[in-house]
Amino acid sequence: MRNVLLFIRRYRTFFAFLILQGVALWFLFSYNRFHRAKFLGVANEVTGVINSQYNKVEDYFTLREENKRVNRLNDSLLNLLPSHYGRRDTTVSAVQDSVPYDTLGHYRRYFSRPATVVYNTVNSQKNYIQLNRGANQGIKDNMAVLGSDGSAVGVVVNVSPNFSQAMSLLHVQHKVNASLKKSGNFGTVEWDGKDPRYLTLRGIPQSVEVNKGDTVLTSTYSFNFPPGHMVGYIDEVIKDKSTNFYVLKIRTAANFFNLQQVHVIENVERDEQWQLMQDTKNKIEQGKKAPK
Amino acid sequence: MSDLLRNIIRFAVFILVQVYILNKMPHLHRFITPYIYFLFILWLPFTISRFGLLVIGFVTGLTLDYFTMTPGLHAAACTLIAYVRPFVINVLTPKDSSEFNYREPSPKAMQWTPYAVYVFVLTLLHHGYMVFLEWLDVGNFLDFIIKVIATTGISLLLIFMVELLFPRQLKFRTNTA
Repeated sequence: MRNVLLFIRRYRTFFAFLILQGVALWFLFSYNRFHRAKFLGVANEVTGVINSQYNKVEDYFTLREENKRVNRLNDSLLNLLPSHYGRRDTTVSAVQDSVPYDTLGHYRRYFSRPATVVYNTVNSQKNYIQLNRGANQGIKDNMAVLGSDGSAVGVVVNVSPNFSQAMSLLHVQHKVNASLKKSGNFGTVEWDGKDPRYLTLRGIPQSVEVNKGDTVLTSTYSFNFPPGHMVGYIDEVIKDKSTNFYVLKIRTAANFFNLQQVHVIENVERDEQWQLMQDTKNKIEQGKKAPK
Repeated sequence: MSDLLRNIIRFAVFILVQVYILNKMPHLHRFITPYIYFLFILWLPFTISRFGLLVIGFVTGLTLDYFTMTPGLHAAACTLIAYVRPFVINVLTPKDSSEFNYREPSPKAMQWTPYAVYVFVLTLLHHGYMVFLEWLDVGNFLDFIIKVIATTGISLLLIFMVELLFPRQLKFRTNTA
């Protein structure tokens, strides 16, 4: 026993090294979308404060372009205002009805909240976007993040009281359901971790006609993203010989290099949809175990 | 300025430069990520204990990790170079001069050639280990090799630029002081 203690004492730096390495590797491999280390919430608060200070300065450099994008989106929204039809004198602001149902039976499916990006990278293989809104401001996990021009950017994966962290589309573990605008075929958009300007769309069968320049939109099957928002344009069409599917290279619609203002979109019925899916799964599996 | 204060300031400067300048600027190429923050560990005083060195290395890496949202990646690489550092210094300095005349590793304290080897070995270890950990998740072998070589090259360039542009005012340590 004494020898063991002596041995440990003699090599105590080496053991300390092993322990610290172990801790670091444990952090590294236990952190992913589904199993998150809790302390990141606290660290988020600290880095978030520094990031938002830095962001105040940085925002000035991209204001011109950002303004253009916001203006373009505002313009397209203004064109949709009911007051823009049939009246010469139009009011400037639209009144938001607080009742979720309107008289025609339309109900609200998605709710949008504005947010500012305080930190964002494109250089890593796992890029995250930090936003200046958190749980106290109504952000929850799995909300979709759209750019200021309405294009798909990411999904919220972690929230602290005042900040939230979204997984960018430029994240090798991120998969988003998307569809071709022209034919409506569904596929999965993912990133190969190489060029931040391009994404990959898989799962479109080769029987569908696909051309360079076709538009890719978020699909109606996604639980997180509202349908019909731009993901990108097809840049290159590759026919995969081993399967019957295309591998489509997509140029992203959102410019990840200068994200600034974003919209965080909440699917109001997500919990219900998710619950139904889980219940169905449970029901079917139980049915298998105890056949009637 | 005391060693402690000097190193605390250095720590903050290196982390902020890494997070807000080097990680933010558009990169030359997707393989090339310039890293400089670990120079903080290379510049720590000779007198620091090996255990203390390990802890400081771990904390440095972890701090950067919190900014880049990769918990453990840089911490693992920093702990490795903090552990190897005393061995490399021992090999590169003559055996009879067990007392150092300067407080911390620098071209002046170690001569240019041994210092260059010291920086090269630790930089290569840091990048090699870090890229290897990244590569376990995704990637192919050729990417791995090119990435290690390219990032090491760019980091060495940065480090020697820093050495030439900001020569540290190191006092010669005498017995009378």
